[in-house]
Amino acid sequence: MAELRTETMTVNMGPQHPSTHGVLRLVLELDGEVIQSVMPTIGYLHTGIEKTAEQKKWQQVIPLVERMDYLAAQSNSLAYALSVEKLLGLTMPQRVNDIRVLIAELQRLASHLIWLGTHAMEIGAVSMLFYAIRERELLLNINELIAGFRFFPSYIRIGGLREDLPRGFHETVNEFLDRFPTKMDEFERLLTKNDIFRRRTEGVGVVTLENAYQWGLLGPIARGAGSDYDVRKYFPYCGYETYDFVVPTATEGDVYARYRVRIAEMRQSINICRQAIKRISPTGVWACDDTRVVPPPKDKVYTEMEALIQHFLIYSQGFTVPAGDCYVPIEGPRGEHGCYIVSDGSNRPWRVKMRAPSFMAIQAIPSIVQGGLIADLVAVIGSSDVVMGDCDR
Amino acid sequence: MEASAIIDILKPLVPGVALEPGQSVDFATIYVPADRLVETCLVLRDAPALEFKVLAEVTAADYLPREPRYEVVYHLLSISKRLRLRLKVRVPGNGSLPTVQSVWRGAGWPEREVWDMFGIVFDNHGDLRRLLMPEDWEGHPQRKDYPVQIRKATQTYEPLEVSEEEFRANIERDRVKRAH
Repeated sequence: MAELRTETMTVNMGPQHPSTHGVLRLVLELDGEVIQSVMPTIGYLHTGIEKTAEQKKWQQVIPLVERMDYLAAQSNSLAYALSVEKLLGLTMPQRVNDIRVLIAELQRLASHLIWLGTHAMEIGAVSMLFYAIRERELLLNINELIAGFRFFPSYIRIGGLREDLPRGFHETVNEFLDRFPTKMDEFERLLTKNDIFRRRTEGVGVVTLENAYQWGLLGPIARGAGSDYDVRKYFPYCGYETYDFVVPTATEGDVYARYRVRIAEMRQSINICRQAIKRISPTGVWACDDTRVVPPPKDKVYTEMEALIQHFLIYSQGFTVPAGDCYVPIEGPRGEHGCYIVSDGSNRPWRVKMRAPSFMAIQAIPSIVQGGLIADLVAVIGSSDVVMGDCDR
Repeated sequence: MEASAIIDILKPLVPGVALEPGQSVDFATIYVPADRLVETCLVLRDAPALEFKVLAEVTAADYLPREPRYEVVYHLLSISKRLRLRLKVRVPGNGSLPTVQSVWRGAGWPEREVWDMFGIVFDNHGDLRRLLMPEDWEGHPQRKDYPVQIRKATQTYEPLEVSEEEFRANIERDRVKRAH
């Protein structure tokens, strides 16, 4: 009788595999269905945004960084704007901070909805994707309302916001906030106690807290493993310390724990949005009063000479930022989203670097899935919520 | 916590190291010499008063024409003490610095990215390959003397050529394999 073949098999998963969230390539070494080793290859979506940003003026970088993490565009631009404002020494009016909080939380909901839809779909609950995308559509409509652009609104600018909120903004947001909790219940009825979903996720892809910190994993992955670290609580920005919310955690560290943490996070986001929309007056200031950075209102540009000169200066020469460097972290949907900028005192950034949570998550995937099944790998990638645009930049 | 306070804690635990506080607007910055980096990082991670258990990121900046040219930047996070710290290491144009993977395992890829983008060598890294750029890429794009708009000739590969004899031999080998 022929001997049993015992050598391992090498399988290439991706870069165009539906469960790898874009263009992530994994070279798997398999013993039957058991994963012996994984080697991730990234860089297929590298677009050199950080290099390009060095050629642009400070305010021109906002649309660029939004294209990094394309599912959470406005958390990129918020991190960037906050760090430039820190170097400039600007403080924002209360209303601007509240609008930014509202936008950041709506962005978190939109990003988590895509995570929920794709993660559940990869595990077999295909209909979940359609339910989730339908709700996200309403959030994209809100983006379209405030900026005329659905994916990359560039509404958050250095020194404030692009313009005032449009008419009907409060009604649209309130309508969404009233509707969404019942939809969340619907999602949870489909998944949380679903036997198939739980069998695919419980005890799978366990990350201990120690390992999470060792690999630099922050955000929902660490919170699913027992951490309570949330930038909004530990290093508050935009006045998050004045909002009443809790940071959901779980201790199991498996895929199901991460699912529960993110679901609870979405409910907390609704809670924060409700508080924020109550504080925001329909009209008011939308930028700080620093004339170096913020262009004057259009009616003044047409009537006053100084305003016209200022407008011209900002859009032709840009503004300068004091020399130095600065790192401001925010709590993005995927974890700590930080922006490190270096200025040499000119009107262009010397260096822009985003701390990408997906980058760290993909680095840790081999250590999480080793010894598991291929099917578990799909669940782990889904629960890490990686976005290749964020990872490759 | 101020940079000087952190240096005071570090001084007795890492004897003889020349630490230097840096300017910053957000949180403490400390310059560390490259040869004492790993030692200092171990103390920063394990000292009960600091506990920097998380390495948030590693990055670098090229300050051409200044010399030493590069600054490698480590952003540390202490969750238990609600503290952040920026470590900076000055690296000259052809210099290198040790890897900190023995302190934080997650340092591997960020250091690889720094090598990929700036060409700064991390000693004993073990896996210093291209990460974001293609494997056959020449140059390190984030350097300031790297041209911004360049065109690279499209990569083409010779079509796979198998001679008649090789082809027959392959088929024969497969048949032998199947027969056994």
